[in-house]
Amino acid sequence: MALTADDVKKIAYLARLGIHEQDVTAYANDLSGILALMTQMGATDTDGIVPMAHPMDQSQRLRADEVTEKDARNRFQAIAPQVEEGLYLVPKVIE
Amino acid sequence: METSQEHEHPQWEVVIGLEIHAQLATKSKIFSGAATAYGASPNTQACAVDLGLPGVLPVLNEEAVRMAVKFGMAIEAEIAPYSVFARKNYFYPDLPKGYQISQFELPIVGNGHMDINVDGSSKRVGITRAHLEEDAGKSLHEDFHGLTGIDLNRAGTPLLEIVSEPDMRSAKEAVAYMRKLHNLVRWIGICDGNMQEGSFRCDANVSVRPRGQQAFGTRAEIKNINSFKFVEKAINHEVDRQIQLIESGGKIVQETRLYDSVKDETRSMRSKEEANDYRYFPDPDLLPVSVSDEFKAHIKALLPELPDTRKLRFNEQYQLDTENADILTASRSLADYFETLVKESSCEAKMCANWMTGDLIAALNKANLEITESPITSQRLAGLLQRINDNTISGKIAKQVFEGMWHSTATADEIITEKGLKQITDTGAIEAVIDQIIADNSKQVEQYRDGNEKVFAFFVGQVMKAMQGKANPGEVNKILKTKLK
Repeated sequence: MALTADDVKKIAYLARLGIHEQDVTAYANDLSGILALMTQMGATDTDGIVPMAHPMDQSQRLRADEVTEKDARNRFQAIAPQVEEGLYLVPKVIE
Repeated sequence: METSQEHEHPQWEVVIGLEIHAQLATKSKIFSGAATAYGASPNTQACAVDLGLPGVLPVLNEEAVRMAVKFGMAIEAEIAPYSVFARKNYFYPDLPKGYQISQFELPIVGNGHMDINVDGSSKRVGITRAHLEEDAGKSLHEDFHGLTGIDLNRAGTPLLEIVSEPDMRSAKEAVAYMRKLHNLVRWIGICDGNMQEGSFRCDANVSVRPRGQQAFGTRAEIKNINSFKFVEKAINHEVDRQIQLIESGGKIVQETRLYDSVKDETRSMRSKEEANDYRYFPDPDLLPVSVSDEFKAHIKALLPELPDTRKLRFNEQYQLDTENADILTASRSLADYFETLVKESSCEAKMCANWMTGDLIAALNKANLEITESPITSQRLAGLLQRINDNTISGKIAKQVFEGMWHSTATADEIITEKGLKQITDTGAIEAVIDQIIADNSKQVEQYRDGNEKVFAFFVGQVMKAMQGKANPGEVNKILKTKLK
């Protein structure tokens, strides 16, 4: 499966990545190459093999339900561009 | 409402599936040790993990897993021995990481079901899945001079998203399902169910199709409905909109709509189709979750008797009719209250049920209180019922005592003594009053003796009035009957 220039632009938009127009073709080629490798791997017989969700063959360790983090708002907000009344301020996202 | 809709659109069938987000009642967040308490000052419960700062890693809260499994057991679902967390990618300022950790391909709870009751008939609603995920923060769009304020206290709060099959055929069925689920999550103690605080939220997938058609119509999703009343209204509104659109030659587009409770309408929320392209993939920061048989057995042992089972038992053990059994199992606290009352009062279960479904619940509703906030505990109410049972007071006087108990902390006995409400069973005293009344009302006596039985009630009323309601009604009837012969 080969990606088109439009596919590349859409993926970049979804990931909020700014890319230069002159690089689009190169990205399309590189990404298509990765997909081609996937297709090649897809030809392997994997019948009866359970897909791995993680390369480490272990299961998730669980944490006890305890509040261990104290309020550190002032420290976190010291590096925020803009705060007010304890809130982080960001450019308005709805019209 | 639903029936009127059926009358209006007899040729259309409504298809509804619900996605319900239940906030799990853990103390700390799903992937961090920050507190989840509601109402804290903004961003005081958002730690480095919740803020998505570089270098942090999520660690899964055991209690959240336990609660999800508990829910799965309560709906007789398959519990996945192996489930996987995935990243759902989208950009919004109240989601600092740029993705929400959720479950996609392998959710922790699989196929289950719940039976609902609508208009006297039972119906099984399939539950496709329930999965664990983290909540996002909150955006405040007003009052910040053109900017948006972000509070991340809610970010990372554990949610259980419960997805139903498209099995409901009316807004009424959807409400019945939602109510039953609301009762269940509180019953098993995994969610406080507080809808004002957003602990229990509902998205509805609604479509219509010509009656008899197999294929589903195109659906619209109505987001974030936060009350039972709005679910019914929002769905009915959306159904009307879709039918009108199709009948006038239009086409439904698959989209997300927002219900506006003020205008009672739904409107399109997201126009860009890209917004729904979440590019899920397994979260490399989290290993698969395994739920062992041992873990499950431990939870199963702690699972309380479930609402449907308890309702059935109330029917059988206490001979309650379905209506009373329904009301008394509407919450676990109500059911517990009832059983304590029966035990403490040693009165007939039916009498206890009637006092609860009548006076007590009416008073609670009027004061907008939950049973757990009742000013009259089951022990105190038991004290009152005992006095009715041993004829110390009549049922009528009991209502007066109930009033007194509602507004004080006194026991029934204290109020009866203090107000002198003890029933008069002394036949001599009753006879004296009756003699006087018979003497004063010769006309009515004549009427009664001429065969007008209705006048009897007049005499009972007169006696009760003269004795301030304290005479034993049985005695009054007996003596009156003899004397009027």
